[in-house]
Amino acid sequence: MLNVSLKEFSAALARKKISSAELTGVFLERISKLGGALNAFITVDREASLAQARAADARIAKGEAKELTGIPIAHKDIFVARGWLTTCGSKMLSNFVSPYDAHVIERFNRAGAVILGKTNMDEFAMGSSSETSFYGPVKNPWDAVCVPGGSSGGSAAAVAARLAPAATGTDTGGSIRQPAALSGISGLKPTYGLVSRYGMVAFASSLDQGGPMAKSAEDLAMLLNVMVGFDARDSTSIERPAEDYTRDLEKPLPGLRIGVPKEHFGEGLAADVASAVEAALKEFEKLGAKRVEVSLPNSGLSVPAYYVIAPAEASSNLSRFDGVRYGHRAREYRDLTDMYCRTRAQGFGAEVRRRILIGTYVLSHGYYDAYYLKAQRIRRLIANDFVEAFKRCDVIVGPTAPTVAFPIGAKAADPVQMYLNDIYTIPANLAGLPAMSIPCGFGARSLPVGLHVVGNYFAEAKMLNAAHRYQQATDWHRRVPRGFEA
Amino acid sequence: MSWEIVIGLETHAQLSTASKMFSGASTAFGASPNTQACAVDIALPGVLPVANRGAVERAIRFGLAVGATINRRSVFARKNYFYPDLPKGYQISQYELPIVQGGEISIVTKAGEKSVRLTRAHLEEDAGKSLHEDFHGMSGIDLNRAGTPLLEIVSEPDMRSAEEAVAYAKALHKLVVEDIDICDGNMQEGSFRFDANVSVRRSGSPLGTRCEIKNLNSFRFLEHAIQFEARRQIEILEDGGKIVQETRLYDPEKDETRSMRTKEEAHDYRYFPDPDLLPLVISEEWIDEVKRGMKEPLRVQYGKFIEYGLSSDQATQLTATRSTSTFALSAIAGVPRDAVPTLANWILGPIAAKQKEEEISDIREKISPEQLKILSARVADGTVSNTTAVTTVLAAMWAGEGTADEIIEKRGLKQISDSGAIEKVVDRVIAANAKQVEDYRAGKDKAFNSLVGQVMKATQGKANPAQVNEILKRKLAR
Repeated sequence: MLNVSLKEFSAALARKKISSAELTGVFLERISKLGGALNAFITVDREASLAQARAADARIAKGEAKELTGIPIAHKDIFVARGWLTTCGSKMLSNFVSPYDAHVIERFNRAGAVILGKTNMDEFAMGSSSETSFYGPVKNPWDAVCVPGGSSGGSAAAVAARLAPAATGTDTGGSIRQPAALSGISGLKPTYGLVSRYGMVAFASSLDQGGPMAKSAEDLAMLLNVMVGFDARDSTSIERPAEDYTRDLEKPLPGLRIGVPKEHFGEGLAADVASAVEAALKEFEKLGAKRVEVSLPNSGLSVPAYYVIAPAEASSNLSRFDGVRYGHRAREYRDLTDMYCRTRAQGFGAEVRRRILIGTYVLSHGYYDAYYLKAQRIRRLIANDFVEAFKRCDVIVGPTAPTVAFPIGAKAADPVQMYLNDIYTIPANLAGLPAMSIPCGFGARSLPVGLHVVGNYFAEAKMLNAAHRYQQATDWHRRVPRGFEA
Repeated sequence: MSWEIVIGLETHAQLSTASKMFSGASTAFGASPNTQACAVDIALPGVLPVANRGAVERAIRFGLAVGATINRRSVFARKNYFYPDLPKGYQISQYELPIVQGGEISIVTKAGEKSVRLTRAHLEEDAGKSLHEDFHGMSGIDLNRAGTPLLEIVSEPDMRSAEEAVAYAKALHKLVVEDIDICDGNMQEGSFRFDANVSVRRSGSPLGTRCEIKNLNSFRFLEHAIQFEARRQIEILEDGGKIVQETRLYDPEKDETRSMRTKEEAHDYRYFPDPDLLPLVISEEWIDEVKRGMKEPLRVQYGKFIEYGLSSDQATQLTATRSTSTFALSAIAGVPRDAVPTLANWILGPIAAKQKEEEISDIREKISPEQLKILSARVADGTVSNTTAVTTVLAAMWAGEGTADEIIEKRGLKQISDSGAIEKVVDRVIAANAKQVEDYRAGKDKAFNSLVGQVMKATQGKANPAQVNEILKRKLAR
């Protein structure tokens, strides 16, 4: 009964077939029984969740329920929630209990959803494997020796293992889509500016975007309806009329032009992933969509540009973690500078330190033009590639990641190999475009493959339509990893 | 060849907004530590800045007042450095594209009038305060000031003496405080402070190496610091030494500047555009709106006083503050031209003295310009003498005893202008003072004054003095 859509959960709650307290209890039970092995959660607070669930039940009883009222949702531990430990996967914030709610949390609270727990992640969202967490690596429910992807790996594993009906994630270079792909679930990064970043611990401000992770496109649409909304506290938040992201789900696909970028099918793409993606493209054609070849000529520059811009912003964003006002502080130090050095050396893990150093370097006097400004110019080129491509198609489809999930530790020693995981997802962040990943089959060692769908600005409803029709014709998204059947 | 001192000033003016540059916390001065610092100010994880519209508007006002270019698009940038009173680890400022570019401030010194060019003015946030006393070897941090909006106004190196620098600083202070009202100008509270860039050179030579003296918060410190620094540099150069580019601090107790850090020790601030804030775009409509809301510049009001026939000294004094200038203009509007100097004298004389004595900044708190105008009309039409008006009526008006007419009436101050009545008194006085009459007729002018005094005494000062003079002269001439 747990492997059902949010709509079905919502209906069951509305018809009082189950209470929110019962539903929340069932998932908390699963987390405590099955979750430990996956290490998907950093914080579970049974009492806080059940209190929220009881409040939701009261709301349902009064007939004041909204669509998501009473449904438990797991949140990436990058969203601050009042009274909850919010660690961002770091020792630096291992003692930080937030005094305020993120905008996303506020919106879920207002909708009556229940906070099911805070999910594990790469430290400060820096990683593609969820291995860099201070709380230890997350494991892939399809094969526990493998990574679930990252940085929103805890959320992806939790949804894949049906430990949560749905979850939130954040995506700076692919951190929602790549773990969705590697864990066999659906995940969407909205157009930059649609989901407020207020209360989302910043990694790279110009790229970060929160989004939903769930079992299906339909669920994503429902979650998006709650998450999207203007927030005056985020200057990059976009003010536009609210839209219902479920409105176009059922639209037939004939007339839809699917752009296939040849650059995303070249060297580096594993054969098993390529064939699953090819099959999915054929399925779309069967559904009436038209396939057109498009080109994203500068997409090869996206990884190097990203690894200048993202660390530059991160090096500055993470300066506030200095041991002065909150968070970790070194126990012993000689003077102020020594306090900073020790606090930050102890509080940050190796990957975070590496990116702070890269970012500090590229912003330094004499290097700024050669790195940061050049990367910004590349960013514009990449955005222009998409403008050209979208003249010829409605959505762009390809692989989300070049390979299926890899074993824990396999790429940990080679950052460049790790960074190449995001080669197909990063361009959408650089351009600010919406993009999503949906399951499209299984590859080597029966590990899931993700299909990447990129849309034009604010074309979320259209992307969800395409994904939903595909999911009606296929059942990849309904598959549950062995041992986690619900 | 003589030495020439070259000075440029960077001025930090705290903008008089109710809330901070990028957060909603209050900017009021003097609250207990850390009570006016919100989540944004203490840089909790996840918080974001939102630019204060009122601060932007004040910057526009400044740009318009100094004839500068208001950049239609400017960019907030992060200045990165670690310090405990800088919660984010960076200060949000403007770097490559400031909101205001160019403009000028005109100054007057003994040498005459001169224009000082401005390089730019940009918006930024202030840091908090580190308190190094009273914490037993530890430092206290007060973040109330963190995030307070500042306009940093940068001049060109156009000043050639400490005197010119002070004249510029005072002109700028008057502009932002009195003229366009964007800053309270309180220097003790740090609302208006300077960094001075000082270098020296032989006349006609290229610019010398400069030193920057940080955080000067009074006109006197500014003057002394520049004088000391220029002497120090000249001495080094005359001894054959070289100036090292550095940042220095002025110590008011020892009246000297001390090295803080050299160029080699300078921070690399790693400026880059703040990705949390979109470029600041200012529309023509907004600029027009600000322009419409601006008060008449004081230099325009100065011109009006000159046109009324007042001296440049009087016009300068009247325009020293916005409130006095506005008061004076209302008071003299529409009065006959010969009454203007009387009103100006009242405002700059007895009224200014009262203001100073009782620390009243706005005359309107005590007297309305309309009432002052009525009082001047009463002098002109002979109802009261100028002396009575100043010593008695004005003082009573200031004390809140009523309108000019009420006071004249209540206290019976109306002059006797009835010539028949005055003649009777004069006749009595002449009859009773034969000695003085004789003296006067013998050519002793002093005797005349004594007779006038007798008449005024007999009328309790209410006789119209001009009429008394005339009648007395006429009668004595017989």
